[in-house]
Amino acid sequence: MSNVLGIKNLHISVQGKPIIKGLNLSVQQGEIHALMGPNGSGKSTLAKGLMGHPLYEVDSGEVIFDGVDVLELEPNERAKLGLFLAFQYPTAIPGVSLANFLRLAVSAVRGKGVNGSEKDGLIPMREFRRELREKMQQLGVDDSFARRYLNDGFSGGEMKRAEILQLAMLEPKIAILDETDSGLDIDAVRIVGESVSQLIGPDLGVLIITHYPRLLDYIRPQFVHILLDGRVVESGGWELTQVLEAEGYDPIREKHGIDE
Amino acid sequence: MQKGDFSKEFLQKIAATEPRWMREKRLEAYALYESLPMPHTTKDDVWRRTVDMRTQDYWRRTRRHLRSFAVDRYHPSVPNGAVSSEDVDYSESETAGVLVQVDGEHQHTSDSEILKEKGVYFADLHTALREQPELLRAYFMNKAVTLETALKSGNIAQQNKFDALHGAFWRGGYLLHVPKGVRVEVPLRVYIRMSEAEQADLSHTLIIAEEGSQVVVLEDNLSTTPDASGFHSGAVEIFAGQNANVTYVQVQRWNRHVWNFASHRAMVARDAQLCWVTATFGGRLNKINQAVVLEGAGGNAKMLGLAFTDARQHLDVSTAQEHVSPHTFSDLLYRTVLKDRAQSAWGGNIYVYPSANHTDAYQKNDNLLLSERAHADTLPGLEIQAHEVRCTHGATAGKIDAEQVFYLMSRGLPYTEAEKLIVEGFFEPVMERIPLESVREELGTSITRKLVTS
Repeated sequence: MSNVLGIKNLHISVQGKPIIKGLNLSVQQGEIHALMGPNGSGKSTLAKGLMGHPLYEVDSGEVIFDGVDVLELEPNERAKLGLFLAFQYPTAIPGVSLANFLRLAVSAVRGKGVNGSEKDGLIPMREFRRELREKMQQLGVDDSFARRYLNDGFSGGEMKRAEILQLAMLEPKIAILDETDSGLDIDAVRIVGESVSQLIGPDLGVLIITHYPRLLDYIRPQFVHILLDGRVVESGGWELTQVLEAEGYDPIREKHGIDE
Repeated sequence: MQKGDFSKEFLQKIAATEPRWMREKRLEAYALYESLPMPHTTKDDVWRRTVDMRTQDYWRRTRRHLRSFAVDRYHPSVPNGAVSSEDVDYSESETAGVLVQVDGEHQHTSDSEILKEKGVYFADLHTALREQPELLRAYFMNKAVTLETALKSGNIAQQNKFDALHGAFWRGGYLLHVPKGVRVEVPLRVYIRMSEAEQADLSHTLIIAEEGSQVVVLEDNLSTTPDASGFHSGAVEIFAGQNANVTYVQVQRWNRHVWNFASHRAMVARDAQLCWVTATFGGRLNKINQAVVLEGAGGNAKMLGLAFTDARQHLDVSTAQEHVSPHTFSDLLYRTVLKDRAQSAWGGNIYVYPSANHTDAYQKNDNLLLSERAHADTLPGLEIQAHEVRCTHGATAGKIDAEQVFYLMSRGLPYTEAEKLIVEGFFEPVMERIPLESVREELGTSITRKLVTS
């Protein structure tokens, strides 16, 4: 099976400053990867760069998704291929209800309505509502969520749950979770962690980006990578998280000759 | 179609069959029109922003801008008594009555049995002048929009050349009179159209809702041709009597070659409620004065504005919320989206007179710029002379947020869809306060159309 997400020797800079400096990584459907690194190691830059944020400049390298070079593609085209980013800080869109937005997003990603699309190219309302209700129940999200304006006035926990709900609805092949546990209290991390673990299956590959292993108690990765100074310096299994927990990043920094 | 002009001879001709008092009123307005100079964008404070505001050679450009407008290039239509033979069918939506006017010429009125039974008078203004002369004599350009629109405090009187022109040459428009205690819940619809090039449309809206009455009016101003140049000099006068409940929606969709000058003024009596929605999409240059006067204690006015301009359209709106009586309430929310090189200037004032203790007045203007070259100026203002007053005002102007766009695109929406959603979301606080589903839908369609045209 070919890699769904294959990253080779990737270099990304932000406002002229190199942040990602030759990163290699591959993720397949059904796999769970954790990418761990301290603040400033380039985690969020990688996440936004992979999704195609215009301010994150890819200087060289390649990102192949499902056999397609995605670096020239717009963010929406990447989404359509099956790439998803759960944002660390989701943006509020006042005046736009979560349900209204999600119907457009689902329709755009699927290309057309499933059981005979309506002429506006949107997934039929009834079908959408049924699906949304199912997913909301599955994830234990309150019904009122659908009518609220997207991320507007949401608490930290609500925002992250809204991200996971979007993940569930858009059914990507690969989901990048960018610091999905940040800013959450222990209960919220548990709720989000359990939600994500419900979605895990053979069709979903997950790349969990975090500097803190709390979320991994709920979603156990098969692959763990350490990101330091814009490169993956160590890859291994679960045991790597234990090493980190016990010793922190310093021994790894030392080993690879990286200054803090 | 025969063309008129803005001469005294033409005025005498159109006024020939009118009552003497109206003829005299027109002549008085004409004299004022003649005596007033064209507004000067450097000398006249209220016209200062009716111009291009960005360039360095600002003054030179602005003078040129307004100079390219010449009243004489436009022609009021000549009354010929003929009614268009084409059947106009506007009955698809539920309505208590429909009035259609094309190029100043009244085409069609249908009022339902409901209106007749209830004694509601709804007719074009020329018919009304014959059938309801006393009402017109009492109200027409007499109490709301007048030749000398004075603020109640009396220290600022404004004479507006375009109001004078309108008073002299007004043509078309309608009178709606709702008698005491009559409630009409189904909306009335008015369609005012411009079709031929070089038309001058001088329609006048006069709505009188007597004590305890209720009425909803949806007025649509539309060019039926995309590039016929035109000139609109209009006036809107609304009287919400004691305890009356009036909803007035005006949607302006003139084409981009129409110069639009108008004065709108509503008088709100004791315990009356007014919901006033203005939606602006069209016009080459729009200069609108819109005022609500809360004359009676307990009066309540909601002013909602929604505007979307593009290309080189210029929108200049001055609003006033005048609180004359105590315990009055007004709430204004204007939201404008600008595309391409469009410009807007909004200046709003809340006046709370010494007689208006215990007043609540709110005012908010927000602008969303979809391009680098669009420009918005916003000038909220307060003048409070009473006690126990609660007032807030605020204004914002900002470019479309790149992070919002990225977020939506990352979910699969193409740029144009993301932009559309952000614009719709921006208008939503105005939309959600519009009490009529059909209006919200129509506005949504106009917004979409504006987004896709380039």
